[in-house]
Amino acid sequence: MPVAIAPPEVKPEADREDRVPEPGGPGGGSGSEGGSGRWGDGGGRRLRPDSYQLGMWLALASISMMFIGFSSAYILGQGTNSQWRAMAAPPFVWINTVILLASSLSLELARRAPAATELKRWMTLTCLLGAAFLVGQLWIWRLLGDQGIYLSGNPHSSFFYLLTGVHGVHLLGGVAGLATLTARAWSSAPGVPARASLNVTALYWHFMDGLWIYLLVLLFFWR
Amino acid sequence: MSDSAHPAIHPAPTTFIRKWVFSTDHKIIGIQYYFLALIAVFTGLALSVLMRLRLAWPTESWPWLETIFPVGFEGGVMSPEFYLAMLTMHGTIMVFFVLTTAPQGGFGNYFLPIQIGAHDMAFPVLNMLSFWVTFLSMGVMFAAFFVAGGAPISGWTAYAPLSALGEVAGPGLGSGQDLWIISIALFCIASLLGALNFITTVLNMRAKGMSLMKMPLTVWTWFTTAILALLSFPVLLAAGILLLLDRLGGTSFFIPAGLVVSDTVIESSGGSPILWQHLFWFFGHPEVYIAILPGMGVASQLLSTFARKPIFGYHAMVVAVFAIGMLGFFVWGHHMFVSGLSPFSALVFSILTLAIGVPSAIKTFNWLGTLWGGKIRFTTAMLFAIGFVSLFVSGGITGLFLGQTSVDVQLHDTYFPVAHFHMIMGVAAIFGIFGATYYWFPKMFGRMLHEGLGKLHFWLTFIGVNAIFIPMHLMGIMGQLRRYAESTEFKFMEPLQPYQEFVTIAALVTAAAQLLFLVNFCWGMFKGKKAGENPWEATTLEWITASPPPHDNFGGRELVVNHAAYEYGVPGAPRDYVMQTDPPLETTK
Repeated sequence: MPVAIAPPEVKPEADREDRVPEPGGPGGGSGSEGGSGRWGDGGGRRLRPDSYQLGMWLALASISMMFIGFSSAYILGQGTNSQWRAMAAPPFVWINTVILLASSLSLELARRAPAATELKRWMTLTCLLGAAFLVGQLWIWRLLGDQGIYLSGNPHSSFFYLLTGVHGVHLLGGVAGLATLTARAWSSAPGVPARASLNVTALYWHFMDGLWIYLLVLLFFWR
Repeated sequence: MSDSAHPAIHPAPTTFIRKWVFSTDHKIIGIQYYFLALIAVFTGLALSVLMRLRLAWPTESWPWLETIFPVGFEGGVMSPEFYLAMLTMHGTIMVFFVLTTAPQGGFGNYFLPIQIGAHDMAFPVLNMLSFWVTFLSMGVMFAAFFVAGGAPISGWTAYAPLSALGEVAGPGLGSGQDLWIISIALFCIASLLGALNFITTVLNMRAKGMSLMKMPLTVWTWFTTAILALLSFPVLLAAGILLLLDRLGGTSFFIPAGLVVSDTVIESSGGSPILWQHLFWFFGHPEVYIAILPGMGVASQLLSTFARKPIFGYHAMVVAVFAIGMLGFFVWGHHMFVSGLSPFSALVFSILTLAIGVPSAIKTFNWLGTLWGGKIRFTTAMLFAIGFVSLFVSGGITGLFLGQTSVDVQLHDTYFPVAHFHMIMGVAAIFGIFGATYYWFPKMFGRMLHEGLGKLHFWLTFIGVNAIFIPMHLMGIMGQLRRYAESTEFKFMEPLQPYQEFVTIAALVTAAAQLLFLVNFCWGMFKGKKAGENPWEATTLEWITASPPPHDNFGGRELVVNHAAYEYGVPGAPRDYVMQTDPPLETTK
């Protein structure tokens, strides 16, 4: 489960007081000129990192609402549609789940890595695991197709393709974000902005991980 | 960028493209949204005029219209299918690209950061993206007019299974409907980006001293609206994805088993058309409040400013806005009383619906309380704010009729609900937009609009919309059915034809009156009297800065907010209004 754990290690460069410019903005490391009044606020309030965290939580609330919409459609269909035939979970799904959980673990290790070299390595591993999960999903779809289970046909298989597909699209976005951050980490030493972006991306990634577990429960254990 | 003398989050752009096209400045983006809504509103208006002509004079031939619309006007008479396409596009364009876009995307973007003393939105780049995705969405929607089969005919609610079947079900339900769904999906994404930006900005970017309870009520309504958008649009997006899969992916989420359309058996694995209604209205009802809540904020701001009195019951107003917004999530079933909903759940939906009357009444009485004993300045903006309250009452009160299941069964699918929602969601919200335009135009463009022309515009519009929609209520009670291009075919609707003609004449006059607004707008932008910093002697933060404001809104000033949003006529104050940034008064406690 995604748990936001406070970083236990001492990380001088990730000081709370710092203000982080928007990624892609000019230059990094605005330094800790605490209370410059840049935000008309007398200083001391770390607005930017908070804004990213808050923005991400709001985005996750929104994504949750979308899946609540799908879930209610699923539950209604399962309860009322006489043509509903539940398919068995493809065995490879469980392997893929382990891959996804492992990616969350390696991302957490990256987040807590004290040194830049370790951070880079763990992030690269996370990217690869994420990509492996997506490839695995496509492969599962192909295996099902070989068995004659398609998007159309049975309501349950429709929902399987729909839910895993929409989840996959979201995860693809996550992989793209992680890959960008990883590439940046390899090209320059990760400073405060990179750490802040990593924290926000990690929040998203863990959420997608939890969402995946929820979808599996809905698809194969909800009766 | 660490120079505290230049507090701009991003430096002022220098090139034309960065300044006016792909701008990250919330003010430019607000104006972009506003002009997008302006194009949309006149398009939607034109469509409604065409529909009114058809309804009033069903046999009349308009050969010149055939030259413009060769497909829809064979022989100069609008075909019933084309009427439905007009109806769909009128509703969709007005709801999404006018009522959702102008108050929130336009004025919200422009004035929310200024009113809380911020230099920009929390995520300027997301803000820009949000506008351009909306722009793309509108382009896709307009493209639906020009594809084979034309625009969709399934209404702005796109009820399944009609919308789910494709061309077999009627013209416009092929690629036209596909484009409609794609456009709405894009609009959902744009709204989500905008909403999370608004919420983060309000929570994180307020100036020193700007506590939540010192925020202007406009900010409260934009904030609440953003929460509604954040939580309701994703459900519409989910519904849109399901519908698109039904159309293109061979699924049947919304297509029931055994459906026969045009002598064709539709293949299906047993979906539920009612599911679409649930998902759509779960979005659709909050959407109504997305359209009207910013208007309530504007009305509060304007009534207080021009009555020269603090808003009556500020806290109650904030609570009422939130209550209306949150209740809006639990009443979607009242759109579905005749869909086979169980009587028990219909009762629950009915009670919750009627409960919205309580916060609505709180707002209305507080507005009246604000006016009571005020030194009212009857500017055009004020007239529109009072007009808003009037329309809010006359449009809202009929909601109490429709909210009761037994009455609704009789009135469902007549002109009565059409008149009801046009009055409250359409016209009242538009009056909010007009009020905001007359009020903030000097700040946005640095020049005043012409007051005389504005007042003429107000009176023609106010009398006009009542002349349109009050008869429509009566027609509805007498049984006039909605969505019919031609009611003369039915004997029981024949006597209502004079009403149709009256309404159409009123609509033509009202539509023509909007040209006055357009003239005033263009004249004001280039020839209007120069506006000072604070032409209305108002108190909120946008009036302490230049008109139009500089790139960083306050020219590098450090703001400290000392006063509540609407301190007019404070005893002991040097003038009859106290700006939010004025130093604390010593005579008051």
